[in-house]
Amino acid sequence: MGSGVTKAAEFNKRYDRDGNVIPAALTMKAAVMIQRWYRQYVARMEVRRRYTWNIFQSMEYSDLQDQIKLYNFLGYLVDNFTPSSSERNLISHIFRENEVCRDAEWERYFSYANIEVPDIYSGPRLTFPLDMAQVANLAEAFKNKQNGMPSLEKPYIFNGDYVDRGKDSIEILLILFAFLLVYPGDVYLNRGNHEDHIINLRYGFTKEVLKKYKMHGKRILKLLQKIFSWLPLVTVIDHRVLVVHGGISDSTDLSLIARVDRHKYVSAMRPPKKSSASRTNLYRPAEVQDEVMTSKNSQGTLMFPKPLGSRDSFQRRSLQNFSSAITRTVEEEQEIRRRQAEFSLSGFSRSHQILSLSLSSEVEEDSSEFTNTDKDEWKQILDLLWSDPMSQDGCIPNEIRGGGCYWGPDVTEDFLNRNNLQLIIRSHECKQDGYEFCHNRKYQATGMTRGLSLSQSMKRTEHMALKVLREQLFAHKSDLISAFQEFDKEKIGLISLDHWAAAIERVLHLDLPWHVLHVQLVSNTSDNLLDYHAWFRDLALKKPGCETLMEALYRHRSTMETIFRIVDTDNSGFITFEDFRQTLKLLSAYLKIEISDEAVNELVINTDTNNDGSIDIDEFMEAFRLVDKSRLERGRSQLKLKQENQDLPQEGQTPQTAESAASQNVQSPDPKTSDSLETARSLFADSLHSDTRDFPVLQRAKSLYLQTGTSQDSKIDECSAPKTSDSCDLHT
Amino acid sequence: MADKYNAETIISETHKKISNAFDVFDHESNKTVDVREIGTIIRSLGCYPSEAELHDIIAELEEEEPTGFVRYERFLPTMTKILLERKFRPITEDLLLQAFEVLDQQKKGYLEPEELNRYLTQEGEPFTQEEVEEMLSAAVDPDKNVILYKDFVSMMTIDDHR
Repeated sequence: MGSGVTKAAEFNKRYDRDGNVIPAALTMKAAVMIQRWYRQYVARMEVRRRYTWNIFQSMEYSDLQDQIKLYNFLGYLVDNFTPSSSERNLISHIFRENEVCRDAEWERYFSYANIEVPDIYSGPRLTFPLDMAQVANLAEAFKNKQNGMPSLEKPYIFNGDYVDRGKDSIEILLILFAFLLVYPGDVYLNRGNHEDHIINLRYGFTKEVLKKYKMHGKRILKLLQKIFSWLPLVTVIDHRVLVVHGGISDSTDLSLIARVDRHKYVSAMRPPKKSSASRTNLYRPAEVQDEVMTSKNSQGTLMFPKPLGSRDSFQRRSLQNFSSAITRTVEEEQEIRRRQAEFSLSGFSRSHQILSLSLSSEVEEDSSEFTNTDKDEWKQILDLLWSDPMSQDGCIPNEIRGGGCYWGPDVTEDFLNRNNLQLIIRSHECKQDGYEFCHNRKYQATGMTRGLSLSQSMKRTEHMALKVLREQLFAHKSDLISAFQEFDKEKIGLISLDHWAAAIERVLHLDLPWHVLHVQLVSNTSDNLLDYHAWFRDLALKKPGCETLMEALYRHRSTMETIFRIVDTDNSGFITFEDFRQTLKLLSAYLKIEISDEAVNELVINTDTNNDGSIDIDEFMEAFRLVDKSRLERGRSQLKLKQENQDLPQEGQTPQTAESAASQNVQSPDPKTSDSLETARSLFADSLHSDTRDFPVLQRAKSLYLQTGTSQDSKIDECSAPKTSDSCDLHT
Repeated sequence: MADKYNAETIISETHKKISNAFDVFDHESNKTVDVREIGTIIRSLGCYPSEAELHDIIAELEEEEPTGFVRYERFLPTMTKILLERKFRPITEDLLLQAFEVLDQQKKGYLEPEELNRYLTQEGEPFTQEEVEEMLSAAVDPDKNVILYKDFVSMMTIDDHR
């Protein structure tokens, strides 16, 4: 208050001779003050926005690490398991071939006419052939805001990744497909790496569909699997611009890609099967012709726009920045026009020859190019859908994503020259401003746009980013504590900010500004020293458990969940005991942690909430929800209220549970002891057993609260939708 | 011993803070930032410089031949000095309130959007159209269509962690 008075005097410094305040000077001072203050505020928000962005990017990559984990795990299974009879089922489940029905069967199975739409349904009803008005209704019904619908004059290319982001994936897909049907020549959908059913299992699209379509969900998913596999991999505009979801590599061969039987690759996550003789890609020129004649869509991953008129105008619009970069001789121009004319007149059947001619510098291709193994093709596809650019020259495998590669400006240069192209447009990564030029402006990335502003939405996003970050920190608790203790050799339990930041970076490798973030992540420091044990308590899980086991399972929870969902082949949301047991065993062998048969059995028995020999996957995964202790206040008071109003059944618990609760700081309990078994058992028992289906989260929290006794340990989730998975929350 | 620890730690932590803040804007990871982001970086470290003061700092930081980028080697010492000398101290909530009260010459308790707009775009170190629009969108009470500056100031300063 004192300082306020002094400063006020400053305002009144300038008087005229009569002792009157000079308004102008005053006003100016006031204005400057407000401006100074506001600009500071904006800057602070900007930094928060930036690091929220950084967090998401790091998480994205670390999430991708999860994908690698999954992939590695599958590989591990293949390499190391000669399955015993009990394991054989599970493994064959995981690797079973997707039954792609024969065409006639397929037609019948997927026939939409067989699906009854009840009269009470009040949403948009579509009839075929679709027209624009219906699509507009559809879009309106989904409340999407679109800037200009596709039309004859406004062709669109959508560059993949339509699903697994946000909660409206299926709506987006429907709109895109509807446009495709209405304007087949003006809307192009490229395949992205998320148009892949295994990725969908991991990132939430599968869940979304099953939730929204309780009766037909499984069928829809199967159909989508097929559709995704048919989506083109690459689109080339006017022989000049290549549009692809991921990118290229130094071995990307467009003519090979044009020949690939792309629908064989239902998922990029499964390594190619050994090809049988009948399914190899032995293409001789004559066969190419035949194939193309009979089925327009089975070949040709490259699609060309319609007649010259509209194409020209499109070209003008999309390439206006680059026309100056085009240096062509007159003859070249004429040749190109000739081909374009030829193409439009001759129709699709001759496209390949023209394509091959225009794309490859050699006129004759080696015969070897026609005998490609599945593996080569698979690599090509992976490269197209998964690669990322880098600023250095060269081409190296993309370790982070586990597929595709990093390619440099020299590769771009070479590729464009070889294929007579001007520009590559790709997506696959987010850019803050929505787009960015790289590789000497030869390449332009488009992706998520910067939609964050100073408003509430930024704070919400930041909140989410921090929540995710806290989860990561918790998942690495043991490693972090070891790292902290490198600095705190006497194990006092205190660590300086610098050391805290250094240790975290050493363990997590997220390359985030920890000093900037520490304000958000740590609530109590005294004398600039952090009590790290207390800090971890704040980050704790619902219930302290057997830490190493839980941590490991927690860290791999997404892999675990994905495996569950793969195993749940009919997408019912449930898996059998046996499969559950097998999965845990396999996972524990892979992670090299001991889960004894006993432990697994205990878990199994306690997770059967329906008493029908099956386990609800959602319920099980709910046990791993991380709760941020500092946000419990609201939950806690709500809980107290509920408590007062109801008589709560006390969960039967052993004294060991209480003990374990007290010893939550024990660093590495032996997983084999009955103590930890007990704790693990109760963890799942408590969190999964609920009398009513209303507010299951609250119920669980209630029982936990009662068991642990002290208010300190109550861990209550924010009472939001009980069954959203963390992997869905990550992408909004 | 305790003093030495503190002094060294303070400098070390200050350096780390500066480094972190710098890195957030170092898009190419080559220890340079766009000169236009310097203001944001300095402010993110808790300082409240005026535009004029910023200009001076930037002039000091730029190369002899301005490249449009500022290198970390130059930024670090300058910024360390600023932080250790506690320059450009924060504007308190009280002070801010008084500033608004000065503008509210009729002592209404609120400001009309037009009024504030005029002041901020014509007086002092004028806002750009974008800046003033952004601020007004947060400041204007949607029901009454005026700026209840007391509430506004309280709301905005809640975010202040430091």
